[in-house]
Amino acid sequence: MTGMIGTALPRRDGPAKLHGTAPYAYEHDVEHPAYAHLVQATIARGRVTGFDLSAANALDDVLAILTHENAPRLEDTGNAELAVLQDDAVAFRGQVVAVVVAETPETARQAANAIQVTYDSEPHETRLRADDAGLYTPEKVNPALPTESSQGDVESALASADVTVDEVYTTPMEHNNPMEPHTTVAHWDGDRLTLYDSTQGVHPLRSAVASLFGLDEDRVRVVAPYVGGGFGSKGQPHAPVALAVLCARHLTGRPVKLAITRQQMFSLVGYRTPTIQRIRLAADHTGALTGIAVDVVEQTARVKEFAEQTATPSRSMYAAPHRRTGHRLAELDVPVPSWMRAPGECPGMFGPEVAMDELAQRCEVDPIALRIRNEPELDPDSGKPFSSRNLIGCLEDGARRFGWDARDPRPRTRLEDGWWIGTGVASSTYPVHMSPGSVAEIRYTADGRYEVAIGAADLGTGTWTVLAQVAADRLDVPVDRVELRIGDTDLPNATVAGGSSGVASWGSAIADAAGAFRDKFGTDPAAGDEASGRTPDLSETFAMRAFGAQFAEVAVHADTGEVEVRRLLGVFAAGRIVNPRTARSQFLGGMTMGLSMALHEQSVMDHRYGHVVNHDLAEYHIATCADVRSLEAHWLDETDEHVNPLGTKGIGEIGIVGTAAAVANAAWHATGVRVRDLPITPDRFL
Amino acid sequence: MIPFDYRRAENPAGAVATVAGAPGAVYLAGGTNLVDHLKLDVARPDLVVDVTGLPFDRVEPRADGGLRVGATVRNSDLAAHPVVRERYPVLSQALLAGASGQLRNMATTGGNLLQRTRCPYFQDVTTACNKRDPGSGCSAIEGYHRYHAILGASPDCVAVHPSDMAVALVALDATVRVLGRHGERDIPVDALHRLPGDRPDRDTILEHGDLITAVDLPAPLSVRSAYRKVRERSSFAFALVSVAAVADLRDGRVQDCRIALGGVAHKPWRAHAAEDVLRAGEPSEQLFTRAADAELAGAKPLPDNGFKVAMARGALVATLRGLTTEGTA
Repeated sequence: MTGMIGTALPRRDGPAKLHGTAPYAYEHDVEHPAYAHLVQATIARGRVTGFDLSAANALDDVLAILTHENAPRLEDTGNAELAVLQDDAVAFRGQVVAVVVAETPETARQAANAIQVTYDSEPHETRLRADDAGLYTPEKVNPALPTESSQGDVESALASADVTVDEVYTTPMEHNNPMEPHTTVAHWDGDRLTLYDSTQGVHPLRSAVASLFGLDEDRVRVVAPYVGGGFGSKGQPHAPVALAVLCARHLTGRPVKLAITRQQMFSLVGYRTPTIQRIRLAADHTGALTGIAVDVVEQTARVKEFAEQTATPSRSMYAAPHRRTGHRLAELDVPVPSWMRAPGECPGMFGPEVAMDELAQRCEVDPIALRIRNEPELDPDSGKPFSSRNLIGCLEDGARRFGWDARDPRPRTRLEDGWWIGTGVASSTYPVHMSPGSVAEIRYTADGRYEVAIGAADLGTGTWTVLAQVAADRLDVPVDRVELRIGDTDLPNATVAGGSSGVASWGSAIADAAGAFRDKFGTDPAAGDEASGRTPDLSETFAMRAFGAQFAEVAVHADTGEVEVRRLLGVFAAGRIVNPRTARSQFLGGMTMGLSMALHEQSVMDHRYGHVVNHDLAEYHIATCADVRSLEAHWLDETDEHVNPLGTKGIGEIGIVGTAAAVANAAWHATGVRVRDLPITPDRFL
Repeated sequence: MIPFDYRRAENPAGAVATVAGAPGAVYLAGGTNLVDHLKLDVARPDLVVDVTGLPFDRVEPRADGGLRVGATVRNSDLAAHPVVRERYPVLSQALLAGASGQLRNMATTGGNLLQRTRCPYFQDVTTACNKRDPGSGCSAIEGYHRYHAILGASPDCVAVHPSDMAVALVALDATVRVLGRHGERDIPVDALHRLPGDRPDRDTILEHGDLITAVDLPAPLSVRSAYRKVRERSSFAFALVSVAAVADLRDGRVQDCRIALGGVAHKPWRAHAAEDVLRAGEPSEQLFTRAADAELAGAKPLPDNGFKVAMARGALVATLRGLTTEGTA
């Protein structure tokens, strides 16, 4: 082993991105492209009754207008989100009802705006309510977890407890908003389809498109070497890619480019459901938990069900003999919710971790001591031992670094220069995922390099760099002799970049291939020697999760209510860290997104019309550099031989988990005002 | 976006004649607002006249001790100008509180004054808006109006003017120099913008074709001035409320002052009532609170922006406290 694993190698894709030579989906050169622009429904429920296309058709350079009346039929309409332009039904405002293809993007947009659509509209409902009469219990929650869990008798535990917390916490609708919008370049060449797409997984997208259009997978190629962020919104195919392919099929021989607008991203590419979380905690006077109940209400779309697993992290966090969790959904006339960075854990560690702070307050126990007191020996959910669990280590290391011991536990005691100052803590966790099915191939070349091929994705996370490190380490060669190839379905199959599973799934396959290569060819291979490997099965013996602790210092202006996060400090125990440089970026990025969730992010739905009103980046606030003051990420050295051959746990998502709760707890400590509904805005303190 | 003709203005009078003579013509300066509106179909001009080449890009001293700021001086350059920083700190602070670095590098002095509201319904052609489409109705009154007006609104429009710079200019008693079909005239910045009344489509009193050529700053009442912007993120966010204040403090009393509020009305809101309370008063928390309460007594918040009254009060008190104790907020 060269020891490349654990080295802070600079990003291998850095120079290409800095020089602007790394091609993103829209930038791929194709011959004589046409450009598409989408027309969206302006009602939230009903039917399209007609189109006036005359003004659009009158424009020079309009090549085609597709509606449900003339669009090619799709082979498989089982995924209704992708079954675009197949009928006249409108199930949410912003649904695509037509698409224009023109010689230039400007003409396509002009023509799209000139199309008049008439509707037969029906009453709609877009507001999530905890008392919605239509709430139902889904069969499973994302990805395939039990909807409910129950152990013991939580109601009795609550009734007989010394101390209880029974509060409702809410998180708003939030949108992923990667910097690069969702983009597809689609090109049919005879019966072969090539897609340059902004996707988190070329092979999963190929499967979806092939079945949608009834094609053999080997006739479809998807290419995505560089992706400008996804945060889950590019993890599953959404309507735009289907529309781009439809347009290209309609315009035989002409490649079609489609880049959706920022505004369109608020209705077409997924979002995080709003959540209503009723959290009940029962404890004795020392804070030892006897009962935990988490009941979540959230929304899904009429078009397609998505059930966020918001209550699931509470199943494994703290010990208590009596416990239940459950999810209920309201099916609304809204766009389809989907994955957004740490689905489940991110919203699901807000309510419970603020509730723990409230319990600490009521028991007069330090919030860190409270969490340590409730550390379970085994995973409370499965009864299995943890492969490793270092929550206490993270809390204690973070407390030392943050200076927690000097804290006066009483709220509203520090007023400095007109600002109330407080500190808060929250736990973080994220499950260890490893998806089966990835394959890696290693081939030795005539010039002495090792070509490592796998269809993996780099969303800006560092895949280009860390997979090369894994290969170099396991082949025991310098990293500059490794030539990595990713982001193309012509390469061996790779699973989606989701669930923080990339290094575990793809890296383990590369490690397996490297082992096979050396077993077969030794250390002196010949040109053309090649071997392949695959991702092993995930252990079922252990409960496997990463843990962390988030600390925040918050200032609230006494006169105006302005909120500043002066310090954020996270400590994580996430297994082996392959590259400290890119890992730190992942943790810091997650924490920054958590800060943004705490103070800023909220998609405001106008329920009269059913659309997100603040649908651009001037009005939908994401934290700016000026909002991020002192930000630190640390990690514990954690060895875990059970999770996968590399010992990694995944780091892309845990950084966002718990941040908002730490900020809310610090805001309470600063002011004495308990904010249970995100985001934490100045008006809460006036 | 619809196709339009583009012309570079050759000279000021020619530009005015061209635009005044064409009902569908608009001026283009930095483009930071207009280009967005072109893409969103909010603006549908058939002719765009680019005025960035006109000779209005200088900041020059005036005989009366003031400054003349050309209409095409970029926001970044004006904020960094040594005389502005030294003698008009409220203006420099207001400019730097606005938008983002990239936008300030493009945005001009004249364009900043004439930027349009950020009301999301105004910017979305699929919703009703009396400002964009007179008579269609106001979507904000019963909709999302967290950022909207608490002073001077009408049943037809509750939008606010988004400029930070304009708030500072009102507190500085600045004047805009306007070239129109009938020659040049001066308009106090305070009189440039209108309250919405039943004509919310008209942001200002300017006539079609009028071209702002400069902003004149009189010699400052005092260099003791400050701009305080309260917003929901620390950069690239519009004001929930803002305060521009200039105070002449001598012998332990407020000899004179100028105060304007932003984010509260369809125009920068000159706070005459607060000024009257402060004038000749001895600085104290009680005096500041009385001044703020006097100004905000007429506030009529909407269902979801009532917090702005308390926030404006807090921002005004904090600004005055800072200004009278340290010289800045």
